Amino acid sequence: MKNRFEKLLVMSVLLIGGFIVSIPFIWMILSSFKSEREARTMPPTFWPQEFTFEHYINLFQNLNFGTYFTNTLIIVLFAMLGLLFNTMAGYGFAKFQFKGKEAVFIAVLATMMIPAQVSMIPVYLLLNQMGLTNTMAGIILPGLIAAFNIFLIRQFMTTIPNDLIESARIDGAKEFRIFFQIIIPLSKPVLAVQAILTFVGAWNSFLWPLIVANDQALYTLSVGLALLQGQHSSSFALQMAGATVMVIPVLILFIFVQRYIVEGFNTTGIK
Amino acid sequence: MNHKNALTPWLFIGPAVLLLIMFSLLPILVSLLISFTDIDLIGLGNWDMVEFVAFENFIALFQDPLFHRSIFNTLVYVSIGVPLVIICSLSVALMLNYMSNKLFSFFRVLFYVPSITNIVAIAVVWGFLYNMDVGLFNFIINSLGLQNVPWLEHPFMAKISLIILAVWKGIGINMLIYLAALQSIPRSFYEAADIDGANKFQKLRYITIPSLSYATFFVTVTTLIGWLQFFEEPFVMTGGGPLDGTMSMALFIYERGFQYNEFGYAAAASLILFIFIIVATLIQFTFNKSKEN
Repeated sequence: MKNRFEKLLVMSVLLIGGFIVSIPFIWMILSSFKSEREARTMPPTFWPQEFTFEHYINLFQNLNFGTYFTNTLIIVLFAMLGLLFNTMAGYGFAKFQFKGKEAVFIAVLATMMIPAQVSMIPVYLLLNQMGLTNTMAGIILPGLIAAFNIFLIRQFMTTIPNDLIESARIDGAKEFRIFFQIIIPLSKPVLAVQAILTFVGAWNSFLWPLIVANDQALYTLSVGLALLQGQHSSSFALQMAGATVMVIPVLILFIFVQRYIVEGFNTTGIK
Repeated sequence: MNHKNALTPWLFIGPAVLLLIMFSLLPILVSLLISFTDIDLIGLGNWDMVEFVAFENFIALFQDPLFHRSIFNTLVYVSIGVPLVIICSLSVALMLNYMSNKLFSFFRVLFYVPSITNIVAIAVVWGFLYNMDVGLFNFIINSLGLQNVPWLEHPFMAKISLIILAVWKGIGINMLIYLAALQSIPRSFYEAADIDGANKFQKLRYITIPSLSYATFFVTVTTLIGWLQFFEEPFVMTGGGPLDGTMSMALFIYERGFQYNEFGYAAAASLILFIFIIVATLIQFTFNKSKEN
Protein backbone atom coordinates (compact mmCIF):
# COMPACT_ATOMS: atom_id res chain seq x y z
CA MET A 1 0.00 0.00 0.00
CA LYS A 2 2.68 2.42 1.05
CA ASN A 3 4.82 1.24 -1.83
CA ARG A 4 2.11 1.98 -4.38
CA PHE A 5 1.67 5.48 -3.05
CA GLU A 6 5.39 6.07 -3.36
CA LYS A 7 5.44 4.77 -6.94
CA LEU A 8 2.57 7.06 -7.82
CA LEU A 9 4.33 10.03 -6.27
CA VAL A 10 7.61 9.41 -8.11
CA MET A 11 5.65 8.83 -11.29
CA SER A 12 3.80 12.13 -11.06
CA VAL A 13 6.98 14.06 -10.24
CA LEU A 14 8.65 12.53 -13.30
CA LEU A 15 5.62 13.27 -15.49
CA ILE A 16 5.54 16.90 -14.43
CA GLY A 17 9.32 17.19 -14.76
CA GLY A 18 9.22 15.55 -18.17
CA PHE A 19 6.49 17.91 -19.31
CA ILE A 20 8.44 20.95 -18.13
CA VAL A 21 11.56 19.65 -19.87
CA SER A 22 9.66 19.23 -23.15
CA ILE A 23 7.91 22.63 -23.13
CA PRO A 24 10.65 24.38 -25.15
CA PHE A 25 10.44 21.72 -27.88
CA ILE A 26 6.65 21.72 -28.00
CA TRP A 27 6.53 25.51 -28.11
CA MET A 28 9.24 25.68 -30.77
CA ILE A 29 7.47 23.30 -33.15
CA LEU A 30 3.96 24.70 -32.64
CA SER A 31 5.07 28.33 -32.96
CA SER A 32 6.97 27.62 -36.16
CA PHE A 33 3.66 26.87 -37.91
CA LYS A 34 1.90 29.99 -36.64
CA SER A 35 1.71 33.26 -38.53
CA GLU A 36 3.99 35.96 -37.20
CA ARG A 37 1.01 37.84 -35.82
CA GLU A 38 -0.40 34.79 -34.07
CA ALA A 39 2.96 33.97 -32.47
CA ARG A 40 2.93 37.38 -30.83
CA THR A 41 -0.66 37.45 -29.62
CA MET A 42 -1.37 37.57 -25.91
CA PRO A 43 -2.82 35.36 -24.55
CA PRO A 44 -0.99 32.91 -26.81
CA THR A 45 -2.79 30.18 -28.73
CA PHE A 46 -1.60 26.65 -28.06
CA TRP A 47 -2.45 24.98 -31.37
CA PRO A 48 -1.79 27.07 -34.52
CA GLN A 49 -5.09 28.58 -35.71
CA GLU A 50 -4.08 28.46 -39.35
CA PHE A 51 -1.24 26.13 -40.14
CA THR A 52 1.36 27.85 -42.32
CA PHE A 53 4.59 26.67 -43.89
CA GLU A 54 5.54 30.21 -44.94
CA HIS A 55 8.48 30.46 -42.54
CA TYR A 56 10.08 27.25 -43.74
CA ILE A 57 9.66 28.33 -47.36
CA ASN A 58 11.07 31.74 -46.48
CA LEU A 59 14.10 30.19 -44.77
CA PHE A 60 15.08 28.09 -47.76
CA GLN A 61 14.05 30.47 -50.55
CA ASN A 62 15.19 33.84 -49.24
CA LEU A 63 17.40 33.29 -46.23
CA ASN A 64 20.09 30.91 -47.53
CA PHE A 65 19.20 28.01 -45.24
CA GLY A 66 19.77 25.64 -48.17
CA THR A 67 23.43 26.72 -48.32
CA TYR A 68 23.79 26.50 -44.54
CA PHE A 69 22.29 23.02 -44.66
CA THR A 70 24.77 21.84 -47.32
CA ASN A 71 27.70 23.34 -45.42
CA THR A 72 26.62 21.60 -42.24
CA LEU A 73 26.44 18.29 -44.12
CA ILE A 74 29.95 18.84 -45.51
CA ILE A 75 31.25 19.39 -41.98
CA VAL A 76 29.51 16.22 -40.80
CA LEU A 77 31.08 14.28 -43.67
CA PHE A 78 34.59 15.46 -42.80
CA ALA A 79 33.97 14.81 -39.11
CA MET A 80 33.60 11.16 -40.11
CA LEU A 81 37.07 11.35 -41.68
CA GLY A 82 38.21 12.73 -38.33
CA LEU A 83 36.61 9.72 -36.66
CA LEU A 84 38.65 7.47 -38.97
CA PHE A 85 41.83 9.26 -37.83
CA ASN A 86 40.76 8.90 -34.20
CA THR A 87 40.11 5.20 -34.75
CA MET A 88 43.49 4.69 -36.43
CA ALA A 89 45.21 6.47 -33.55
CA GLY A 90 43.28 4.43 -31.01
CA TYR A 91 44.45 1.26 -32.75
CA GLY A 92 48.03 2.52 -32.92
CA PHE A 93 48.10 3.21 -29.20
CA ALA A 94 46.32 -0.02 -28.28
CA LYS A 95 48.15 -2.60 -30.36
CA PHE A 96 51.65 -1.39 -31.14
CA GLN A 97 54.79 -1.05 -29.07
CA PHE A 98 57.10 1.72 -30.15
CA LYS A 99 59.59 4.14 -28.75
CA GLY A 100 58.07 7.18 -27.09
CA LYS A 101 54.56 5.72 -27.07
CA GLU A 102 53.85 6.59 -23.44
CA ALA A 103 55.01 10.18 -23.85
CA VAL A 104 53.00 10.72 -27.03
CA PHE A 105 49.89 9.19 -25.47
CA ILE A 106 50.18 11.43 -22.40
CA ALA A 107 50.57 14.45 -24.68
CA VAL A 108 47.42 13.37 -26.53
CA LEU A 109 45.51 13.06 -23.26
CA ALA A 110 46.82 16.42 -22.08
CA THR A 111 45.10 18.14 -25.01
CA MET A 112 41.77 17.21 -23.40
CA MET A 113 42.52 19.89 -20.81
CA ILE A 114 42.69 22.65 -23.43
CA PRO A 115 39.27 24.10 -24.12
CA ALA A 116 38.37 25.70 -27.44
CA GLN A 117 37.81 29.04 -25.73
CA VAL A 118 41.48 29.08 -24.78
CA SER A 119 42.85 28.01 -28.15
CA MET A 120 40.47 30.02 -30.34
CA ILE A 121 42.68 33.12 -30.60
CA PRO A 122 45.96 31.34 -31.47
CA VAL A 123 44.21 28.86 -33.79
CA TYR A 124 42.67 31.77 -35.64
CA LEU A 125 46.10 33.40 -36.02
CA LEU A 126 47.62 30.11 -37.21
CA LEU A 127 44.84 29.58 -39.74
CA ASN A 128 45.37 33.14 -40.89
CA GLN A 129 49.09 32.45 -41.46
CA MET A 130 48.18 29.38 -43.49
CA GLY A 131 45.66 31.39 -45.50
CA LEU A 132 42.82 29.20 -44.28
CA THR A 133 40.58 31.81 -42.66
CA ASN A 134 37.24 32.07 -44.42
CA THR A 135 37.68 28.63 -46.04
CA MET A 136 35.91 25.34 -45.47
CA ALA A 137 39.25 23.71 -44.59
CA GLY A 138 39.75 26.28 -41.85
CA ILE A 139 36.35 25.49 -40.36
CA ILE A 140 36.87 21.73 -40.46
CA LEU A 141 40.49 21.20 -39.40
CA PRO A 142 40.56 22.52 -35.79
CA GLY A 143 37.77 20.23 -34.59
CA LEU A 144 38.75 17.10 -36.49
CA ILE A 145 40.54 15.20 -33.72
CA ALA A 146 39.20 14.59 -30.22
CA ALA A 147 41.61 13.14 -27.67
CA PHE A 148 38.78 11.78 -25.55
CA ASN A 149 37.49 9.72 -28.47
CA ILE A 150 40.98 8.35 -29.14
CA PHE A 151 41.12 7.34 -25.49
CA LEU A 152 37.74 5.55 -25.55
CA ILE A 153 38.54 3.75 -28.80
CA ARG A 154 41.93 2.69 -27.49
CA GLN A 155 40.35 1.32 -24.31
CA PHE A 156 38.03 -0.82 -26.38
CA MET A 157 40.71 -2.04 -28.79
CA THR A 158 43.05 -3.27 -26.07
CA THR A 159 40.47 -6.03 -25.49
CA ILE A 160 40.91 -7.40 -29.03
CA PRO A 161 43.10 -10.55 -28.83
CA ASN A 162 46.62 -10.10 -30.21
CA ASP A 163 46.54 -13.59 -31.74
CA LEU A 164 43.99 -12.46 -34.29
CA ILE A 165 46.32 -9.74 -35.55
CA GLU A 166 49.40 -12.00 -35.40
CA SER A 167 47.86 -14.79 -37.43
CA ALA A 168 46.66 -12.31 -40.02
CA ARG A 169 50.23 -11.03 -40.28
CA ILE A 170 51.56 -14.57 -40.70
CA ASP A 171 49.05 -15.05 -43.50
CA GLY A 172 50.72 -12.08 -45.12
CA ALA A 173 48.02 -9.44 -44.66
CA LYS A 174 49.13 -5.85 -44.97
CA GLU A 175 48.78 -3.62 -41.89
CA PHE A 176 45.99 -1.44 -43.26
CA ARG A 177 44.15 -4.50 -44.52
CA ILE A 178 44.24 -5.90 -40.98
CA PHE A 179 42.94 -2.60 -39.70
CA PHE A 180 40.04 -2.30 -42.13
CA GLN A 181 39.04 -5.96 -42.37
CA ILE A 182 39.62 -7.21 -38.83
CA ILE A 183 39.89 -4.35 -36.36
CA ILE A 184 37.09 -2.11 -37.59
CA PRO A 185 34.45 -4.88 -37.80
CA LEU A 186 35.41 -6.05 -34.29
CA SER A 187 35.12 -2.51 -32.91
CA LYS A 188 31.58 -1.94 -34.16
CA PRO A 189 30.02 -1.38 -30.72
CA VAL A 190 32.32 1.47 -29.77
CA LEU A 191 32.48 2.90 -33.29
CA ALA A 192 28.67 3.01 -33.61
CA VAL A 193 28.44 5.19 -30.51
CA GLN A 194 31.35 7.33 -31.68
CA ALA A 195 29.79 7.78 -35.13
CA ILE A 196 26.53 8.99 -33.62
CA LEU A 197 28.20 11.36 -31.19
CA THR A 198 30.50 12.64 -33.94
CA PHE A 199 27.49 13.32 -36.15
CA VAL A 200 25.72 15.22 -33.39
CA GLY A 201 28.87 17.16 -32.48
CA ALA A 202 29.58 18.18 -36.07
CA TRP A 203 25.95 19.03 -36.78
CA ASN A 204 25.89 21.28 -33.72
CA SER A 205 29.36 22.80 -34.15
CA PHE A 206 29.25 26.55 -33.67
CA LEU A 207 32.47 28.13 -32.44
CA TRP A 208 34.85 27.38 -35.35
CA PRO A 209 32.39 28.20 -38.12
CA LEU A 210 31.53 31.40 -36.25
CA ILE A 211 35.15 32.49 -35.96
CA VAL A 212 36.56 31.26 -39.26
CA ALA A 213 33.73 31.99 -41.72
CA ASN A 214 33.25 35.62 -42.72
CA ASP A 215 31.38 34.79 -45.86
CA GLN A 216 27.70 33.84 -45.60
CA ALA A 217 28.34 31.20 -48.26
CA LEU A 218 30.39 29.29 -45.65
CA TYR A 219 27.96 29.61 -42.72
CA THR A 220 26.61 26.51 -41.05
CA LEU A 221 23.07 26.14 -39.76
CA SER A 222 23.99 27.16 -36.23
CA VAL A 223 25.85 30.29 -37.35
CA GLY A 224 23.05 31.08 -39.81
CA LEU A 225 20.50 30.71 -37.05
CA ALA A 226 22.41 33.05 -34.74
CA LEU A 227 22.57 35.56 -37.61
CA LEU A 228 18.83 35.14 -38.25
CA GLN A 229 18.10 35.80 -34.59
CA GLY A 230 20.18 38.98 -34.74
CA GLN A 231 18.63 40.29 -37.97
CA HIS A 232 15.01 39.26 -37.46
CA SER A 233 14.94 39.72 -33.72
CA SER A 234 11.18 40.19 -33.49
CA SER A 235 10.13 37.53 -36.03
CA PHE A 236 9.66 34.80 -33.48
CA ALA A 237 7.78 32.31 -35.65
CA LEU A 238 10.55 32.54 -38.26
CA GLN A 239 13.19 31.97 -35.57
CA MET A 240 11.28 28.95 -34.28
CA ALA A 241 11.15 27.51 -37.81
CA GLY A 242 14.93 27.96 -38.09
CA ALA A 243 15.47 26.28 -34.74
CA THR A 244 13.17 23.42 -35.76
CA VAL A 245 15.20 22.83 -38.93
CA MET A 246 18.31 22.53 -36.74
CA VAL A 247 16.85 20.35 -34.04
CA ILE A 248 14.53 17.89 -35.78
CA PRO A 249 17.11 15.90 -37.83
CA VAL A 250 19.14 15.18 -34.69
CA LEU A 251 15.99 14.37 -32.73
CA ILE A 252 14.81 11.84 -35.32
CA LEU A 253 18.25 10.25 -35.57
CA PHE A 254 18.45 10.08 -31.80
CA ILE A 255 15.10 8.35 -31.38
CA PHE A 256 16.30 5.57 -33.69
CA VAL A 257 19.73 5.11 -32.16
CA GLN A 258 19.25 6.12 -28.52
CA ARG A 259 19.66 2.52 -27.33
CA TYR A 260 23.23 2.42 -28.64
CA ILE A 261 24.17 5.71 -27.00
CA VAL A 262 22.69 4.91 -23.63
CA GLU A 263 24.07 1.38 -23.59
CA GLY A 264 27.37 2.51 -25.04
CA PHE A 265 27.58 4.76 -22.04
CA ASN A 266 27.42 1.78 -19.77
CA THR A 267 30.14 -0.14 -21.60
CA THR A 268 32.55 2.58 -22.64
CA GLY A 269 31.65 5.29 -20.21
CA ILE A 270 32.54 5.94 -16.62
CA LYS A 271 31.32 3.87 -13.76
CA MET B 1 53.87 -7.17 -30.96
CA ASN B 2 55.88 -8.08 -34.03
CA HIS B 3 55.37 -5.81 -36.91
CA LYS B 4 58.06 -5.65 -39.55
CA ASN B 5 58.29 -1.95 -39.98
CA ALA B 6 59.02 0.51 -37.17
CA LEU B 7 57.14 3.13 -39.14
CA THR B 8 53.80 1.29 -39.08
CA PRO B 9 52.50 2.57 -35.72
CA TRP B 10 53.31 6.12 -36.78
CA LEU B 11 51.22 5.67 -39.92
CA PHE B 12 48.27 4.95 -37.67
CA ILE B 13 48.75 7.64 -35.05
CA GLY B 14 50.39 10.17 -37.40
CA PRO B 15 47.36 12.06 -38.76
CA ALA B 16 45.74 12.47 -35.36
CA VAL B 17 48.95 13.44 -33.61
CA LEU B 18 49.90 15.96 -36.29
CA LEU B 19 46.49 17.62 -36.14
CA LEU B 20 46.59 17.71 -32.34
CA ILE B 21 50.02 19.33 -32.36
CA MET B 22 48.82 21.83 -34.95
CA PHE B 23 45.52 22.79 -33.31
CA SER B 24 45.96 22.05 -29.60
CA LEU B 25 49.58 22.06 -28.41
CA LEU B 26 51.11 24.65 -30.73
CA PRO B 27 48.25 27.13 -30.06
CA ILE B 28 49.05 27.09 -26.34
CA LEU B 29 52.62 28.13 -27.13
CA VAL B 30 51.43 30.79 -29.57
CA SER B 31 49.01 32.01 -26.94
CA LEU B 32 51.82 32.33 -24.40
CA LEU B 33 53.92 34.27 -26.88
CA ILE B 34 51.32 36.70 -28.16
CA SER B 35 49.93 37.46 -24.72
CA PHE B 36 53.15 39.42 -24.16
CA THR B 37 52.67 41.45 -27.36
CA ASP B 38 50.25 44.10 -28.58
CA ILE B 39 49.24 42.16 -31.71
CA ASP B 40 46.02 43.40 -33.34
CA LEU B 41 44.57 43.50 -36.86
CA ILE B 42 47.39 45.73 -38.12
CA GLY B 43 50.01 43.48 -36.53
CA LEU B 44 48.38 40.47 -38.14
CA GLY B 45 49.00 41.95 -41.60
CA ASN B 46 52.45 43.21 -40.83
CA TRP B 47 54.45 41.41 -38.16
CA ASP B 48 56.92 44.32 -37.91
CA MET B 49 54.20 46.34 -36.21
CA VAL B 50 53.93 43.85 -33.35
CA GLU B 51 55.71 44.91 -30.21
CA PHE B 52 56.75 43.08 -27.09
CA VAL B 53 54.91 44.66 -24.17
CA ALA B 54 55.98 42.35 -21.30
CA PHE B 55 53.19 42.09 -18.73
CA GLU B 56 51.20 45.10 -19.92
CA ASN B 57 48.25 43.02 -21.11
CA PHE B 58 47.99 41.25 -17.79
CA ILE B 59 48.31 44.48 -15.82
CA ALA B 60 45.63 46.07 -17.99
CA LEU B 61 43.38 43.05 -17.46
CA PHE B 62 43.66 43.33 -13.71
CA GLN B 63 42.50 46.94 -14.03
CA ASP B 64 39.77 46.26 -16.59
CA PRO B 65 36.36 46.56 -14.86
CA LEU B 66 34.68 44.54 -17.61
CA PHE B 67 37.11 41.68 -17.06
CA HIS B 68 36.39 41.81 -13.31
CA ARG B 69 32.69 41.71 -14.16
CA SER B 70 33.18 38.67 -16.40
CA ILE B 71 35.10 36.82 -13.65
CA PHE B 72 32.43 37.69 -11.10
CA ASN B 73 29.63 36.55 -13.43
CA THR B 74 31.46 33.34 -14.26
CA LEU B 75 31.88 32.60 -10.55
CA VAL B 76 28.14 33.19 -10.04
CA TYR B 77 27.38 30.81 -12.92
CA VAL B 78 29.67 28.17 -11.45
CA SER B 79 28.59 28.44 -7.82
CA ILE B 80 24.86 28.29 -8.60
CA GLY B 81 24.95 26.16 -11.73
CA VAL B 82 27.21 23.30 -10.68
CA PRO B 83 25.29 22.33 -7.48
CA LEU B 84 21.97 22.71 -9.34
CA VAL B 85 23.08 20.39 -12.15
CA ILE B 86 24.27 17.80 -9.64
CA ILE B 87 21.10 17.93 -7.54
CA CYS B 88 18.78 17.81 -10.56
CA SER B 89 20.58 15.05 -12.44
CA LEU B 90 20.98 12.93 -9.31
CA SER B 91 17.29 13.30 -8.38
CA VAL B 92 16.17 12.42 -11.88
CA ALA B 93 18.49 9.40 -11.90
CA LEU B 94 17.24 8.22 -8.49
CA MET B 95 13.61 8.55 -9.57
CA LEU B 96 14.25 6.83 -12.90
CA ASN B 97 15.94 3.96 -11.13
CA TYR B 98 12.69 3.44 -9.26
CA MET B 99 10.60 3.02 -12.42
CA SER B 100 9.58 -0.07 -14.35
CA ASN B 101 11.49 -0.83 -17.54
CA LYS B 102 9.22 0.66 -20.18
CA LEU B 103 8.71 3.99 -18.42
CA PHE B 104 12.38 4.03 -17.51
CA SER B 105 13.45 4.06 -21.17
CA PHE B 106 10.85 6.64 -22.11
CA PHE B 107 11.81 9.12 -19.42
CA ARG B 108 15.50 8.51 -19.93
CA VAL B 109 15.17 9.61 -23.56
CA LEU B 110 13.01 12.57 -22.58
CA PHE B 111 15.50 13.95 -20.08
CA TYR B 112 18.48 13.21 -22.31
CA VAL B 113 17.21 14.95 -25.45
CA PRO B 114 18.06 18.55 -24.40
CA SER B 115 21.74 17.67 -24.10
CA ILE B 116 22.09 16.62 -27.75
CA THR B 117 20.15 19.60 -29.05
CA ASN B 118 21.97 22.46 -30.74
CA ILE B 119 22.79 25.17 -28.24
CA VAL B 120 22.07 28.03 -30.64
CA ALA B 121 18.62 26.62 -31.41
CA ILE B 122 18.01 26.20 -27.69
CA ALA B 123 19.07 29.75 -26.96
CA VAL B 124 16.83 31.08 -29.73
CA VAL B 125 13.83 29.12 -28.43
CA TRP B 126 14.42 30.12 -24.82
CA GLY B 127 14.89 33.72 -25.89
CA PHE B 128 11.32 33.57 -27.18
CA LEU B 129 10.04 31.85 -24.01
CA TYR B 130 11.78 34.47 -21.85
CA ASN B 131 10.50 37.42 -23.91
CA MET B 132 9.19 40.10 -21.58
CA ASP B 133 5.99 40.89 -23.52
CA VAL B 134 5.07 37.92 -25.71
CA GLY B 135 6.94 35.07 -23.99
CA LEU B 136 5.20 31.97 -22.66
CA PHE B 137 6.82 32.15 -19.22
CA ASN B 138 5.51 35.60 -18.41
CA PHE B 139 2.07 34.61 -19.69
CA ILE B 140 2.02 31.69 -17.24
CA ILE B 141 3.28 33.91 -14.43
CA ASN B 142 0.68 36.57 -15.24
CA SER B 143 -2.13 34.06 -15.22
CA LEU B 144 -1.03 33.03 -11.72
CA GLY B 145 -1.65 36.63 -10.78
CA LEU B 146 1.99 37.62 -10.49
CA GLN B 147 3.97 40.50 -11.99
CA ASN B 148 5.99 40.17 -15.20
CA VAL B 149 9.49 38.85 -14.56
CA PRO B 150 12.29 40.72 -16.41
CA TRP B 151 13.93 37.41 -17.40
CA LEU B 152 16.62 38.88 -19.60
CA GLU B 153 16.25 42.56 -18.80
CA HIS B 154 17.66 42.66 -15.28
CA PRO B 155 21.40 42.00 -14.77
CA PHE B 156 21.01 39.47 -11.96
CA MET B 157 17.78 37.88 -13.19
CA ALA B 158 19.40 37.40 -16.61
CA LYS B 159 22.19 35.37 -15.02
CA ILE B 160 19.59 33.17 -13.31
CA SER B 161 17.67 32.78 -16.58
CA LEU B 162 20.79 31.61 -18.39
CA ILE B 163 21.56 29.21 -15.55
CA ILE B 164 18.06 27.69 -15.71
CA LEU B 165 18.51 27.08 -19.43
CA ALA B 166 21.96 25.55 -18.99
CA VAL B 167 20.79 23.29 -16.16
CA TRP B 168 17.93 22.11 -18.37
CA LYS B 169 20.50 21.20 -21.02
CA GLY B 170 22.99 19.73 -18.55
CA ILE B 171 20.76 17.20 -16.80
CA GLY B 172 20.76 14.56 -19.54
CA ILE B 173 24.38 13.54 -19.80
CA ASN B 174 25.02 13.65 -16.06
CA MET B 175 21.86 11.66 -15.39
CA LEU B 176 23.28 8.91 -17.63
CA ILE B 177 26.51 8.88 -15.63
CA TYR B 178 24.56 8.61 -12.37
CA LEU B 179 22.31 5.87 -13.77
CA ALA B 180 25.32 3.81 -14.80
CA ALA B 181 26.80 4.27 -11.32
CA LEU B 182 23.52 3.42 -9.59
CA GLN B 183 23.20 0.19 -11.50
CA SER B 184 26.66 -0.90 -10.48
CA ILE B 185 25.91 -0.75 -6.72
CA PRO B 186 25.74 -4.40 -5.55
CA ARG B 187 22.26 -5.57 -4.52
CA SER B 188 23.81 -7.27 -1.48
CA PHE B 189 24.49 -3.86 0.12
CA TYR B 190 20.78 -3.13 0.27
CA GLU B 191 19.89 -6.65 1.37
CA ALA B 192 22.30 -6.37 4.27
CA ALA B 193 20.75 -3.03 5.20
CA ASP B 194 17.28 -4.59 5.08
CA ILE B 195 18.39 -7.24 7.54
CA ASP B 196 19.66 -4.51 9.84
CA GLY B 197 16.29 -2.82 9.54
CA ALA B 198 17.43 0.34 7.78
CA ASN B 199 14.72 2.60 6.34
CA LYS B 200 14.69 4.16 2.88
CA PHE B 201 16.43 7.39 3.85
CA GLN B 202 19.13 5.62 5.82
CA LYS B 203 19.82 3.45 2.77
CA LEU B 204 19.99 6.54 0.57
CA ARG B 205 22.23 8.38 3.03
CA TYR B 206 24.60 5.53 3.97
CA ILE B 207 24.69 3.31 0.87
CA THR B 208 23.54 5.07 -2.28
CA ILE B 209 25.11 8.52 -1.91
CA PRO B 210 28.54 7.23 -0.72
CA SER B 211 28.59 4.67 -3.55
CA LEU B 212 28.07 7.49 -6.01
CA SER B 213 31.04 9.52 -4.84
CA TYR B 214 33.18 8.75 -7.88
CA ALA B 215 30.34 9.60 -10.24
CA THR B 216 29.72 12.83 -8.33
CA PHE B 217 33.40 13.66 -8.55
CA PHE B 218 33.40 13.11 -12.30
CA VAL B 219 30.20 15.09 -12.81
CA THR B 220 31.50 17.95 -10.67
CA VAL B 221 34.78 18.28 -12.55
CA THR B 222 33.28 18.09 -16.04
CA THR B 223 30.39 20.40 -15.16
CA LEU B 224 32.71 22.89 -13.48
CA ILE B 225 35.00 23.00 -16.50
CA GLY B 226 31.98 23.33 -18.77
CA TRP B 227 30.54 26.24 -16.79
CA LEU B 228 33.88 28.05 -16.71
CA GLN B 229 33.65 28.06 -20.52
CA PHE B 230 30.06 29.36 -20.58
CA PHE B 231 29.78 31.05 -23.98
CA GLU B 232 26.97 30.27 -26.43
CA GLU B 233 24.07 31.08 -24.10
CA PRO B 234 25.09 34.66 -23.30
CA PHE B 235 26.42 35.12 -26.85
CA VAL B 236 23.09 34.32 -28.51
CA MET B 237 20.59 35.44 -25.87
CA THR B 238 21.96 38.58 -24.27
CA GLY B 239 25.22 39.48 -25.97
CA GLY B 240 26.64 39.84 -22.47
CA GLY B 241 24.04 42.41 -21.37
CA PRO B 242 22.07 43.92 -19.74
CA LEU B 243 24.75 46.19 -18.23
CA ASP B 244 27.30 43.39 -18.78
CA GLY B 245 25.31 41.33 -16.29
CA THR B 246 25.76 38.10 -18.24
CA MET B 247 29.24 38.71 -19.67
CA SER B 248 31.26 35.51 -19.12
CA MET B 249 35.02 35.10 -19.35
CA ALA B 250 34.73 33.14 -22.59
CA LEU B 251 32.49 35.79 -24.12
CA PHE B 252 34.91 38.51 -22.99
CA ILE B 253 37.75 36.69 -24.77
CA TYR B 254 35.67 36.26 -27.92
CA GLU B 255 34.62 39.92 -28.03
CA ARG B 256 38.12 41.26 -27.37
CA GLY B 257 39.60 38.91 -29.94
CA PHE B 258 37.12 38.94 -32.77
CA GLN B 259 35.14 42.13 -32.42
CA TYR B 260 37.92 44.47 -31.29
CA ASN B 261 40.74 42.36 -32.83
CA GLU B 262 42.93 42.83 -29.75
CA PHE B 263 44.50 39.41 -30.12
CA GLY B 264 47.30 39.90 -27.59
CA TYR B 265 44.91 41.18 -24.94
CA ALA B 266 42.39 38.39 -25.60
CA ALA B 267 45.13 35.75 -25.50
CA ALA B 268 46.23 37.03 -22.10
CA ALA B 269 42.63 36.78 -20.85
CA SER B 270 42.34 33.26 -22.26
CA LEU B 271 45.45 32.20 -20.34
CA ILE B 272 43.85 33.45 -17.12
CA LEU B 273 40.76 31.40 -17.93
CA PHE B 274 43.02 28.41 -18.57
CA ILE B 275 44.63 28.88 -15.15
CA PHE B 276 41.15 28.98 -13.57
CA ILE B 277 40.29 25.69 -15.26
CA ILE B 278 43.54 23.99 -14.21
CA VAL B 279 43.21 25.22 -10.62
CA ALA B 280 39.59 24.07 -10.41
CA THR B 281 40.60 20.63 -11.65
CA LEU B 282 43.54 20.36 -9.26
CA ILE B 283 41.45 21.40 -6.25
CA GLN B 284 38.88 18.79 -7.18
CA PHE B 285 41.50 16.08 -7.50
CA THR B 286 43.24 16.83 -4.21
CA PHE B 287 39.88 17.16 -2.44
CA ASN B 288 38.85 13.76 -3.74
CA LYS B 289 42.17 12.19 -2.78
CA SER B 290 41.99 13.47 0.79
CA LYS B 291 38.43 12.15 1.03
CA GLU B 292 39.57 8.70 -0.06
CA ASN B 293 42.30 8.51 2.55
